[in-house]
Amino acid sequence: MSYNMTNVLGILFANAHEESVPELSAKRTMASIPFGGRFRLVDFLLSGMSNSGMSKVGIITRSNYQSLLDHIGSARPWDLARTDGGLMLFAPYGRDGEAGLFRGKLEALYSCIGYIKKTGCEYAVLSDCDLVINPDFSHLVETHISSGADITAVCHTDDYTVEQTAKSSCFKVGESGRIEAVSINRAMAGRRTMDLNIYVMKVSLLVSLVEDLVSLGKFSLSRDVMQGKVGELDIRAYEFSGFFRRICDLESYYDANMALLDHDNLAMLVKSQRPVYTKDRADAPAKYGFDCVVKNSLIANGCVIEGVVENSILFRGVKVGKGTVVRNAILMQDTVVGRNTSVANVITDKNVTIGDGLTISSAESCPLYIAKGRTL
Amino acid sequence: MYNKKECVAMLLAGGQGSRLYALTKKVAKPAVPYGGKYRIIDFPLSNCVNSGIDTVGVLTQYQPLVLNDYIGNGQAWNLDRIHGGVHILPPYQTASGAQWYEGTANAIYQNLSFIERYDPEYVIILSGDHIYKMDYSDMLSFHKEKGAECTIAVIDVPIHEASRFGIMFAHEDGSVYDFVEKPKEPKSTLASMGIYIFSYKTLKKYLTENEQDETATKDFGKNIIPALLENGEKVFAYRFSGYWKDVGTIDSLWDANMELLAANVDLDLYDTSWRIYSNNDTAAPHIIGKNAKIQSSMVTNGCYIDGEVESSVISGGVTIEEGALVQYSVLFPGTVVKKGAVVEYAIVGENSVIGENAHVGAAPETIEDKDAWGVAVVGQDITVSDGAKVAPKQIISESI
Repeated sequence: MSYNMTNVLGILFANAHEESVPELSAKRTMASIPFGGRFRLVDFLLSGMSNSGMSKVGIITRSNYQSLLDHIGSARPWDLARTDGGLMLFAPYGRDGEAGLFRGKLEALYSCIGYIKKTGCEYAVLSDCDLVINPDFSHLVETHISSGADITAVCHTDDYTVEQTAKSSCFKVGESGRIEAVSINRAMAGRRTMDLNIYVMKVSLLVSLVEDLVSLGKFSLSRDVMQGKVGELDIRAYEFSGFFRRICDLESYYDANMALLDHDNLAMLVKSQRPVYTKDRADAPAKYGFDCVVKNSLIANGCVIEGVVENSILFRGVKVGKGTVVRNAILMQDTVVGRNTSVANVITDKNVTIGDGLTISSAESCPLYIAKGRTL
Repeated sequence: MYNKKECVAMLLAGGQGSRLYALTKKVAKPAVPYGGKYRIIDFPLSNCVNSGIDTVGVLTQYQPLVLNDYIGNGQAWNLDRIHGGVHILPPYQTASGAQWYEGTANAIYQNLSFIERYDPEYVIILSGDHIYKMDYSDMLSFHKEKGAECTIAVIDVPIHEASRFGIMFAHEDGSVYDFVEKPKEPKSTLASMGIYIFSYKTLKKYLTENEQDETATKDFGKNIIPALLENGEKVFAYRFSGYWKDVGTIDSLWDANMELLAANVDLDLYDTSWRIYSNNDTAAPHIIGKNAKIQSSMVTNGCYIDGEVESSVISGGVTIEEGALVQYSVLFPGTVVKKGAVVEYAIVGENSVIGENAHVGAAPETIEDKDAWGVAVVGQDITVSDGAKVAPKQIISESI
């Protein structure tokens, strides 16, 4: 017996963790950071929810949401332009003398508590948008229901670095799968069970937690619910084992993109039965010139390549001129690289133009970021 | 209540395209893939929407499943409209019986009630057989300026090819005084492109009269245009000079794809001011693998290329394994070329598999008997087993 997923509400936090990638989020939300040649980060969670049969998704934004509005449009690409429900975008609002900006996820949820109640959904799945992942939410919800837990939290156990644990919560999980303790941002290397910030719980529980805690002046979901209620509520761990990457700084963003050059990773992320949808642009196929050399690269439609491209990710509409060599680079949408130029270990944001005969490179471990619209 | 439209487009998409053999066994000709991510019908549909024509009837008859599915609600071409939009018009049953479309004119005649809902001044008749970019609004302005009852788009063709077309004879001002369908000895090079603009009242009158003539073949070229000329109606030829390609044969379909790979293409698919739209692009970008070698080619989203690709058009979701060679070929969506296989001078239909070390087609310079050479074709959903051979010019419609 499978659960009717139209009774599950999705809630995405578009801005969460964006301070960890200040370059990429200078003019956009975490959710709208371009990724993997043609996607934006929000596509992964949104497509996962849509493919799992969810028909109501709310996206809560805090600031810089213009690019997100542009990307989402009517939400038709994700099949979420619905007569009943569909996608709802919550921009912050404020009244005279009252700051509209929320301090944490509980306050954010409180700002749209009316919507959450009105959807009539039985369960809610909450997630951030810093993950590159293709989860089966129906399996998650069914596991949650059959376990009888109050909250189920998606996590992944692995060997983590200090940098990774410094920006996330980790769980101590008991033998029954129940989470016994939660540490927040404790920089400790080693084998840990990391919180991926995807939670499922009953809407009724979510509403009462939000209303109760906000009335006490509390605002943090991780601190005041996950850590604060870990003894009181039955919170279970759901180990996610498929391909995923978490974006916690520019290096991890770079590595996550490069991980897609492994065909198996890409196939696990973008499954034929569970595609990742995005806003389409009607680009022609990529065109390879007469004497180009291209190896180990991910190339989107609309690219025109006349030079050498190796170990790189080229987004839609990128042009690489004759005699130019591009190595270990991520070139976002409509980046134009002229002739006889060398580009290595670089991330160019959208609409960057690099002229002829230049050499632009950086150390391998530390990619150079070139901001949106710049001309070199 | 329907909003009035100045011009309604009727797109004839029911043709089998029998000269494409195995490639149209399961799909109508307008649904045949082209240029990596398109189907032929994308061109007239995109031309309509870019020309400001937002009401399009698509007449289907032969193998309509893929076409219906592909067009859907028309959203991909911005043709999902409150007023107008794209409508699929299959043959239907009436109180007096059921009737297939018996010719191009009859197909339109059977759908006069669709046209009349929009009360148009003009109707543009299109076909789903050609690759071209054309601003129909310019042709409509010409039609109005000339006060024509019918305007036919024409293109200059080489004299030796003229016998394949309907040939127009026109005065300096563009007025047509004669028309010959596929003449054996052509005396003019003005070929009809199969694009007609009619003033609606005239169209209705001639279609209705043609229906009452039991000997008529109910075809625009054979009946309607000659009847207009005979009655001295104002028929004008509108000259078009851009890229225009009939892709109704294996050779012309292959040629038209190869022409996209030239350094200076006549058909610019990268021009954002006249985009050609297409449907179903949900795949990830394609991967060019560590062992790949690729030159002078086009590749679409969703592919995994680890072999050698030269001068080829690769549609979406194609896999070319390490050690495989694909050159001067057109691979339709979802095909797989396994290790060590060679595909050259060939068209491979949708979702077909070329087994390990199989060999499809041959380069012309390797064949002594020039008449024996031609583009090899593997149809749709076919497996060419490991080590099997498909000769040049051979057309495979069953697995071997």
